[in-house]
Amino acid sequence: MTQLTQEQRALHWQRTRTLMIVHLTIWFIFSYVVHWFAVELNAIKFFGWPLGYYMSAQGSLVVFVVQLFMFSKQQHAIDVEFGVAEEE
Amino acid sequence: MGMQWEGKSFIDNLPKIYGVYTGGFLAFFALMAILEQMGVGADMIGILFVGFTIVIYAFIGVLSRTMAVDAYYVAGRSVPPVFNGMATAADWMSGASFVAMAGGIFMAGHGYMAFIVGWTGGYILVATLMAPYLRKFGCYTVPDFVGTRYGGKLARFCAIVVLIVASFTYVTAQITATGTIAARALQIPFEAGVWFGLAGILVCSMLGGMRAVTWTQVAQYIVLIVAYLIPIFWMSIAQGFGPFPQLAYGGAVERIMELEPVIGVGTKAVEAVPGLGVLTTLHATPKEGAIAAWQFVTLVACMMIGTASLPHILMRYFTTPSVRDARTSVAWSLFFIFLLYFSAPALATFSKLQMIDPTLPTAIIGKSIDEVMALNWIQKWGAIGLLAVKDGNADGILQINEFFLNPDIIVLATPEMAGLPYVISGLVAAGGMAAAMSTADGLLLAMANALSHDLYYKIIDPKAETKKRLLTARILLVVIGAAGALVASMKLTGILGAVAWAFCFAMSGLFFPLVLGVWWKRANRPGAIAGMVGGLGVGWWYLLAVRNPKEWYGLAEPWLGLNDLRFGIVGIVASLVCMVVVTLLTAAPDEETQRMVDEVRIPRGDTIIGAKA
Repeated sequence: MTQLTQEQRALHWQRTRTLMIVHLTIWFIFSYVVHWFAVELNAIKFFGWPLGYYMSAQGSLVVFVVQLFMFSKQQHAIDVEFGVAEEE
Repeated sequence: MGMQWEGKSFIDNLPKIYGVYTGGFLAFFALMAILEQMGVGADMIGILFVGFTIVIYAFIGVLSRTMAVDAYYVAGRSVPPVFNGMATAADWMSGASFVAMAGGIFMAGHGYMAFIVGWTGGYILVATLMAPYLRKFGCYTVPDFVGTRYGGKLARFCAIVVLIVASFTYVTAQITATGTIAARALQIPFEAGVWFGLAGILVCSMLGGMRAVTWTQVAQYIVLIVAYLIPIFWMSIAQGFGPFPQLAYGGAVERIMELEPVIGVGTKAVEAVPGLGVLTTLHATPKEGAIAAWQFVTLVACMMIGTASLPHILMRYFTTPSVRDARTSVAWSLFFIFLLYFSAPALATFSKLQMIDPTLPTAIIGKSIDEVMALNWIQKWGAIGLLAVKDGNADGILQINEFFLNPDIIVLATPEMAGLPYVISGLVAAGGMAAAMSTADGLLLAMANALSHDLYYKIIDPKAETKKRLLTARILLVVIGAAGALVASMKLTGILGAVAWAFCFAMSGLFFPLVLGVWWKRANRPGAIAGMVGGLGVGWWYLLAVRNPKEWYGLAEPWLGLNDLRFGIVGIVASLVCMVVVTLLTAAPDEETQRMVDEVRIPRGDTIIGAKA
């Protein structure tokens, strides 16, 4: 196993941190912002559901699940790129 | 019989083992349905369902007994991500999720949906901020991370205290739930049900620790998800909504919103029945105004941050073979949890529609009281005080504000309302039992492991030999379990209140010390201790103050409408401020600690604790 230089470590961590911030931003929108406007969104119909209600019953949840599988893939890609992924 | 619990052949066989198990459970269900048709009584079917499933869990628990430290604390770090996902889902979904959630949505409408959002979205925090790094650390328990990252016995001790406060609050609620279900299914008194439930829980965890809990939790997940989904699918097909109601209930929500003004939802009841309520909240219409929105998002925040701080959840990710697996395992956990949570609103919607829609044969609102009182399920649940009918305006017709119910009957009685055979109710009882038992197991193990590994081995007697450590762990498990059962049998708080408090305690004390331990290299020991003590202390004070406004705690009005379910918001702010201020006022951690943090941040290489030892 080759030793990482300090710069490589810093860059790997920077990329990891950016990915975390991107995902937490999406998380923040679907956890809080969307539900703050539930009353307004409810005026819109989505396959019969009022949209504000739909987002709390299913919409946000679907986003979270998809997001986590993507996050796992993306973080692994970063680790592979910097050669810090675990050996299989 | 020597059984292989780790290694390639066991792991490769897992899908087959649990496939056979699932098939066996479905066959048992079919057998019960046949027995019911042959005239076996409803009571007997309930007893068989609960009894049979508990025997299976106990069997797994006994078979997977172990005397190895790695197997006892972290299941040998060999649990594949998908199976760990199922185990986490069972660990996570408590009796409250299973029994109370759909009923809460039924009664409290949109405001209650904060629990659905909060109890799923927290896993984003777990995956991005915590789980992979804690796995790389290689700790056995959550206080183990705190103790090693920050160093010193005091930091470790503070983490143990927070863990015990949060988990013990939670476990009493779970033991209460097992007691309630066991009492009802087996027809024994509640107190006896509590001790019976505890015995079942202990058999699953005592001999095999984490390894046994893991493999029983997978089995319990399968039972609970089958038990939750079968009635929903069945009802949906029976009512013509097709086989995937979760995708098709928009029309039902629309119909409820049409009917609400017609039947007068929102009219207060004339009489009062203790412990029961009438439906007065609109189904899908949120309350107007910034205060309602604030209440919604603060509850979401408490449940999410609490999720990411609860040790019995975090420790599940110590059991995966690699850091990468810990990450994917979080995604699988959320997927398995999602299957239940996105079904709960559908169940609440169907159950409400079939009660209020006059065009459906199952409707009761608008029917004559005599007709309603003649229904079998009304009599049965009325007899044990979970519902009541009071003709407030004495017109002989049942109005929406004359039908009193306990929210729990939405899950427990909906199959009967829909006219499904009793075998479904037996299945639901087994599912509720699985949900409460699996969560209680995880919590008890988290507490006993923290006390045996961190308090006894790391603080009191570092020279203790393996055998003595594992014996201590088992004795503690029994002692804590008994203490929990004792408190549960005193019936102090409602199930939901205690659950929300546990989340608030955990987030107040542990969230920032854990997150900043990885994400802020400068974070040091005095800061972490201040964060844990300050957060837990202020949170606890606030809880007492809002609960007792007339006492000496010095708070007449809650701040910003933050009531006792949301005290974690106050605690976590205090925790962050204390931790940052004290850290900056004291010296940075030494070189070695900083190098350790660097190593935690990359997946490759040995675990931190393994490399140190």
